[in-house]
Amino acid sequence: MKIVIVGGFGVGKTTMVGAVSEIRPLSTEEVMTEASVGIDDPSRVRDKTTTTVAFDFGRITVSDSSVLYLFGAPGQERFWFVWDQLFAGSLGAVVLVDTRRLEDSFYSIDRLEHHNMPFVVAVNRFSEGGPSLDAVRTALDLSPGIPLVDCDARERQSCKHVLITLVEHLTRLYERTPV
Amino acid sequence: MSRRPIDRESPDRLYTVTGGRTRADETVFDSVSLIVSECDPVPGMQSEHVKILQIARRPTAVVEISAELRLPVSVVKILLRDLLDTGRITVRHPTALADAGQPAPEILRQVLVALNNL
Repeated sequence: MKIVIVGGFGVGKTTMVGAVSEIRPLSTEEVMTEASVGIDDPSRVRDKTTTTVAFDFGRITVSDSSVLYLFGAPGQERFWFVWDQLFAGSLGAVVLVDTRRLEDSFYSIDRLEHHNMPFVVAVNRFSEGGPSLDAVRTALDLSPGIPLVDCDARERQSCKHVLITLVEHLTRLYERTPV
Repeated sequence: MSRRPIDRESPDRLYTVTGGRTRADETVFDSVSLIVSECDPVPGMQSEHVKILQIARRPTAVVEISAELRLPVSVVKILLRDLLDTGRITVRHPTALADAGQPAPEILRQVLVALNNL
C-alpha cells in the first residue's frame, strides 16, 4: 500500500516521511523517458534529454502481510509523470504546503482532483503566525469537503495526525459512495 | 537536499546492466510489489542479479531494491523481469484495491490501527 506526500521543493516532504517511518527514509530515482517529455511541451520531444526525478520513501508495517509505504514526491509540473509509473494505486495523498509559497500547491491539487485521488492538505508551520487555515483554504480554493490541517513535519505525533486525518477522510468518502 | 544523482557518473552503466533494454512490462511489478528470492546466486550471474537475490532473501519491495542498488526503478524492473522469467524470484503483489479503486473498509481499519500505534 502507498500514500504519497506531495509538495514543492523544500516544503518538508522528506522530514515528514522520516518522522513517521520505521526505517531511515531511503531515496531512489526514476528516469523520465524521452517520450514522456512531451507532457510538458510536445515541441521539446526531439531534444534527446532524459530527466531524473528523485523521491524518498519510508515504511510503516500494518500487519504481518502488509506494509504501508510513504512516498515523498515533488509536485512540480514536470515531475508528474512519476504518478503514473510509481504511485498508481495509492490509497491517497497528503499535499504538504508552505504558506509562503502556496502557489506551489495549485498544480498538485489540480492533478490530484483530475486523477480522482483522495487527498488532505497539511500546512507545515515553519514558524509561529502566518495565515489562518481559513485564509489558506480560500487562497487554495479548496472544496469544503477536503480536510485541511496544521502540522509540524518534524514532529512524529503531528505527522501521525495528518495521516490519520487522511485515512479517516478515505473511510468517510467510501462510506458515502460504496463500491 | 543535496543528493547526488545516482546515474551522474556513468549513464552508460544503466544501458549496460539492462543489455540495452529501456522498458519493462510495467504491469508485472508495482513499485511496492514484494520480491522474494527462490534460489541462491550462482557463479557467472550478472552482479546486479546476484545483489537482488541477496537482498530479496527477505521479502523486499521493488523501490527498496532500487534504493539499495542505486539504480532507477525502471532499470530494476527490467532486471527483475529476467529473474522472474527464469524462476529465480517470485512476486507478491501489493494489497489490491477493489474494482472501483477503493480499498476494502477492513484495510483502512488496519491502517488506522497501525497509525494509531505509531
